[in-house]
Amino acid sequence: MGNKQTIFTDEQLDAYQDCTFFTRKEILRLHGRYHELAPHLVPMDYTNEPDVTIPLALIVSMPELNENPFRNRIVESFSEDGAGNLSFNDFVDMFSVLSETAPRELKAIYAFKIYDFNVDNFLCKEDLEKTLNKLTREELSPEEVTLVCEKAIEEADLDGDSKLSFADFENMITRAPDFLSTFHIRI
Amino acid sequence: EEEKVGEEKPEVLSPEELEKLKEEVDERKKLISTLRGKPWPMRKKLLTLRESHEFVEKYEGALGKGKSRKLYAYKVMMLKALMGRPYGSMPRKTVPRADEANAMDFAVLWDFGVITNCLFGYAQYSVLFYGYYNSQRAIGWLKFRMPLSYFLVGVGTVAYSYMVVIRTMARNANEDGGGDNNSFNFSWKMFTSWDYLIGNPETADNKFASITTSFKEAILEEQESRKDDNIHLTRFLRVLANFLVLCCLAGSGYLIYFVVRRSQKFALEGLESHSWWERNEVNMVMSLLGMFCPMLFDVISALENYHPRIALQWQLGRIFALFLGNLYTFIIALMDEINLKREEEEVLKLNMTIWEASLYNGTLGVNSTAPPITVHPADIPRGPCWETMVGQEFVRLIVSDTMTTYITLLIGDFLRAVLVRFLNYCWCWDLEAGFPSYSEFDVSGNVLGLIFNQGMIWMGAFYAPCLPALNVLRLHVSMYLQCWAVMCCNVPQERVFKASGSNNFYMAMLLVILFLSTLPAIYTIVTIPPSFDCGPFSGKSRMFDVIQETLESDFPAWFGKVFSYASNPGLVLPFLLLMVLAIYYLQSTSKSYKQANLELKKKLQTVSRTINKVLTLIQHLLYSLCGTCTDIVCSPESKKKGGEHRAHQGKSNHQIPPSATSPPAPRGHRIPGPLPGNQWQPAPSVQRVPNSQRH
Repeated sequence: MGNKQTIFTDEQLDAYQDCTFFTRKEILRLHGRYHELAPHLVPMDYTNEPDVTIPLALIVSMPELNENPFRNRIVESFSEDGAGNLSFNDFVDMFSVLSETAPRELKAIYAFKIYDFNVDNFLCKEDLEKTLNKLTREELSPEEVTLVCEKAIEEADLDGDSKLSFADFENMITRAPDFLSTFHIRI
Repeated sequence: EEEKVGEEKPEVLSPEELEKLKEEVDERKKLISTLRGKPWPMRKKLLTLRESHEFVEKYEGALGKGKSRKLYAYKVMMLKALMGRPYGSMPRKTVPRADEANAMDFAVLWDFGVITNCLFGYAQYSVLFYGYYNSQRAIGWLKFRMPLSYFLVGVGTVAYSYMVVIRTMARNANEDGGGDNNSFNFSWKMFTSWDYLIGNPETADNKFASITTSFKEAILEEQESRKDDNIHLTRFLRVLANFLVLCCLAGSGYLIYFVVRRSQKFALEGLESHSWWERNEVNMVMSLLGMFCPMLFDVISALENYHPRIALQWQLGRIFALFLGNLYTFIIALMDEINLKREEEEVLKLNMTIWEASLYNGTLGVNSTAPPITVHPADIPRGPCWETMVGQEFVRLIVSDTMTTYITLLIGDFLRAVLVRFLNYCWCWDLEAGFPSYSEFDVSGNVLGLIFNQGMIWMGAFYAPCLPALNVLRLHVSMYLQCWAVMCCNVPQERVFKASGSNNFYMAMLLVILFLSTLPAIYTIVTIPPSFDCGPFSGKSRMFDVIQETLESDFPAWFGKVFSYASNPGLVLPFLLLMVLAIYYLQSTSKSYKQANLELKKKLQTVSRTINKVLTLIQHLLYSLCGTCTDIVCSPESKKKGGEHRAHQGKSNHQIPPSATSPPAPRGHRIPGPLPGNQWQPAPSVQRVPNSQRH
């Protein structure tokens, strides 16, 4: 193509294409979005791979994430330091997993991470309670919350340890008819 | 001589090593193509990609293969192209329409100028109504059998409607029975109900509210299934409620009958002497009853204390009974009118002969050969066409029903919303939260309205062929109007209960309505003789005689014989009996299949749980075994080389290179260990975690 962009080298763009579900154009557009979140922080020239991260607060202000009750967890799950500071690599990775063409298994892995609030590789009762309260904006009474979490664990727990491991979660989520269509962000 | 580690071997490779290298290269290529689906952080993916590329390029040259990176990139691009457009939308199913404008068949006969006139003036003699159609057996050079086609189209539409409704019900039942609807109810609600595409604050608010409501509903169901009350009091109250409802229904039926009788009296006295209300009394009363009785039923149902879904089904059933009762009273009244018209017809026929005789001045006989006197068609006295009258009544009913709906919408929804919004500024209590507030969009009520509208169309379509076309127009207008009204003046329902999981409740209602609507039409076709001078069946003694006629004149003689044998009651009755038995048999087998299905599902669940437990146990055993084994094997060597083993220190995500002396981890198993990208935390019993590769 004739377009001469100087943000990435061709090798970088090819590498991004191989590692995500995006095309060259989309990656360049993502860079534009990333840049406009913090124009003074993010350089326009990425050819020498600058080590720049954007803090959580700026990322969750994006319109795609702003209304999502799990926005903080989503950004934390994709950040390398676990605190929500995203480099461009993490940024692209995040939207790649949440894109429409990402496969179900990949989405299930990251969904598990997102809902695992205390990051212990299990969805225990506290994780479920936090999830539910975020979903309902704490409109349910504590008894109702307890009932729902107990029922959810009862339904999905296969190995009987009163918490959901990844295997339990995956078994439950792959049968869900709505999972692929709801776990999807378009950017 | 010292053996230097890391020195490059000379380029002479044995065939086995070549083969191994080729395999390795292929594996690396596969890794590159599946890299985007791996749950690794981007940094690791990019690193792996670079390493794999270097490896492949380095050794592909050595293997001398023609495949270059360019070709590979082309294949990847092709794969991407095949995977589809990322922003493609999903196809939506379109609902099949059960009605067709069967008047389209008569395009050759349409006179557009006539249709644009008033409905009950000239249109009475237009194609809209039965009376226009000529009874001539064959029309034009194509010898189009008009009466036959009229009859067959009428019957065919009904048959097609039956087919469509039953097929939809069967399809719904299939989807329902196949899915695991109840096994992960709460889990799915928790993890898949939030739509990540939502970016608009208002939409988000609505979604939060609907999720909360959905959870409350599920909680309620769960609690109801564990409840039990004072049975006797409940039973008494329910009987009382049903008694009150029956009184209501009887009352409304009588009211309609009374009003219809009165309108007949008015008709006899001449319509012009009465006010607008008195002329349209019947339709107005029917519409008003349809508006207020359901509210009454709602209040009475508070006595019954049912589960919300059951209560909704009872409510819908009662409204159904109300509408049905009203419709049938209307039809009975119509029958009276038909009889009246037929008496008129007899009188007219008598007068006609007298009038004809007077034309010829009484001088000529019946078999005279004198040229007939030409009389303008408009001067010939027309018989009272009862079929057209029936068609007109139905059209009038539908028009008034439509008008009532629109007016209720405008006043009940729009005006109310306007008042609530603007009076709220100067009112003592909060109008929006308190008494009137905005009206809810009642899904089940609206669906019921559609079903009844359809029932009326089915009833009247035989006598007013353009009715389906008119209805299509009305439905389009209704849709846009109600779309606007919902967006502008309605709030979502508080209760999000559905009357049935798969809409089969409504389809069942539609089926019953179809059956009940076509009964009156069939009755009139079979019992009442058609008018003598209007319509495609005029002059015949019964409408279905047209079939007989066609068989006699258009088909060879033997066909008629076969048909008469086949329609012998001695043959038809056993056939019907056989079909009834077949239905019974099929129903009982399907029940047993459903039962077997449920049992198998339960078994599957228990088996999978057992297998999981066993697998976990085996894995725990393996790790403890592996741990002890490699401890014995590895420790002396690490002392020797001080090598790159960092196995004893559990660092995050360090992949033990295949050349190490530790035994390879079992591939392809789901290992309950740390997920890639997470901080590794050791499980209490295991000291080391092998490769946790995921495919």
